[in-house]
Amino acid sequence: MVIYFSIERSVKSMMDTDFWPPLLLSFRLAASATVLLLALGTPLAYWLALGKSRLRPLVHAVVSLPLVLPPTVLGFYLLLSLGPASHLGRWIESAFGARLVFSFGGLVIGSVIYSLPFMVHPIEAALAALPTSLAEASCILGKSRWETFWCVQLPNIRPAVLAGVVLSFAHTIGEFGLVLMIGGAIPGRTRVASIAVFNAVEAMDYGTAKRYALVLLAVTFPVLAALELYRRRSTQAF
Amino acid sequence: MIEARLQKQLHGAEGDIALDLTLRLEPGRITTLLGRSGAGKTTVLRMLAGLTRPDSGRIVADRTVWFDSREGIDAPSQSRRVGLVFQDFNLFPNMTVEGNLRFALRPGQDSRAVAELLETTKLSRLAKRHPAMLSGGQKQRVALARALVPEPRLLLLDEPLSALDEEARVELQEELLRLHERRGFTALLVSHDRAEISKMSTAVLTLRDGRLVP
Repeated sequence: MVIYFSIERSVKSMMDTDFWPPLLLSFRLAASATVLLLALGTPLAYWLALGKSRLRPLVHAVVSLPLVLPPTVLGFYLLLSLGPASHLGRWIESAFGARLVFSFGGLVIGSVIYSLPFMVHPIEAALAALPTSLAEASCILGKSRWETFWCVQLPNIRPAVLAGVVLSFAHTIGEFGLVLMIGGAIPGRTRVASIAVFNAVEAMDYGTAKRYALVLLAVTFPVLAALELYRRRSTQAF
Repeated sequence: MIEARLQKQLHGAEGDIALDLTLRLEPGRITTLLGRSGAGKTTVLRMLAGLTRPDSGRIVADRTVWFDSREGIDAPSQSRRVGLVFQDFNLFPNMTVEGNLRFALRPGQDSRAVAELLETTKLSRLAKRHPAMLSGGQKQRVALARALVPEPRLLLLDEPLSALDEEARVELQEELLRLHERRGFTALLVSHDRAEISKMSTAVLTLRDGRLVP
């Protein structure tokens, strides 16, 4: 009986219109950041793994910064550089009519920077480990660098790309400090699930915090497990 | 006719070697390049294929200049139309046998060339398999067929049979000779095996201390 009422109360609370927006925002943010990271991180990883520039160690260090810097520090720098008091922030506002701080766009930019190493590092390592003779074999067959990348290199590092996607998505879902710094906690705009959990705990509303945590766990764990299984199967196939 | 004058400073495990050689490959013949390990045989093949840049020299294939250090000409591998069969096969693991051959088609080339080569090399029944499901001999047969798909001006064979067992090696030697008889390609073969050399080639070049000796 107690369990029944407890479940009923939980379900009722989940039907509350205020419950879902932070979760939906979290998934929208993670999906947007992951798509952008895939588009930007793959060429960057290629350049870091196979390029010849002397700047590569420097760029590699910059990409890796989010691994060691506290998210709040990154968030603070982004707040300063994208805020209305900065030249960049003013230019973006005048050129695109958009203010990035305390907006979803700002959260996406912050998330892309914050999760960049999680996309770039696995792809970079896989490309560096792929025998160069495969690309050479393709070049000798008359194929351009783009055809070689698209038809030979990318399909053979598919498990690493998938790992990058999974890690970036999961990392963005779980981010807190950076999001709070540049987005605040504006309901419906920047209040993502991790902040909603924090707000609920702060308000001693442990029930709501538990429900947010449960939904996050219930959605992310099976996705991660399925992708990991697929990644392992793909690795074995090669 | 392929004519090359090549100079290249090599830094190997057994010390530095100054490669300085002139070679001429007669059309339609299999020439063997012989030399001890580390003599620079693979580097010669890589320079002809456009994968390694000579320090200086000139490579001309049927009046087309592939490389000329004085004129600043260095045609990329893509435009040289060279076939290269590696010792370790280098098949694309993500593609099937047929996919590997199809990938080698030149733009506008008749795709029947793939079916024909699969047939000639007795690979038709393996066409849908991935390289991971093939034996060493089968892999090398696929590599050979793939290299021949774009009808290369020059076929470079870098110890293609050395990783195979005796039976597979003999079988592939026969295969290679049969294909050569049918297609008449110009080839440069790197090999250590004396029996293989006398069976396969019509001319032998020996590389010693960076130079070709008779």
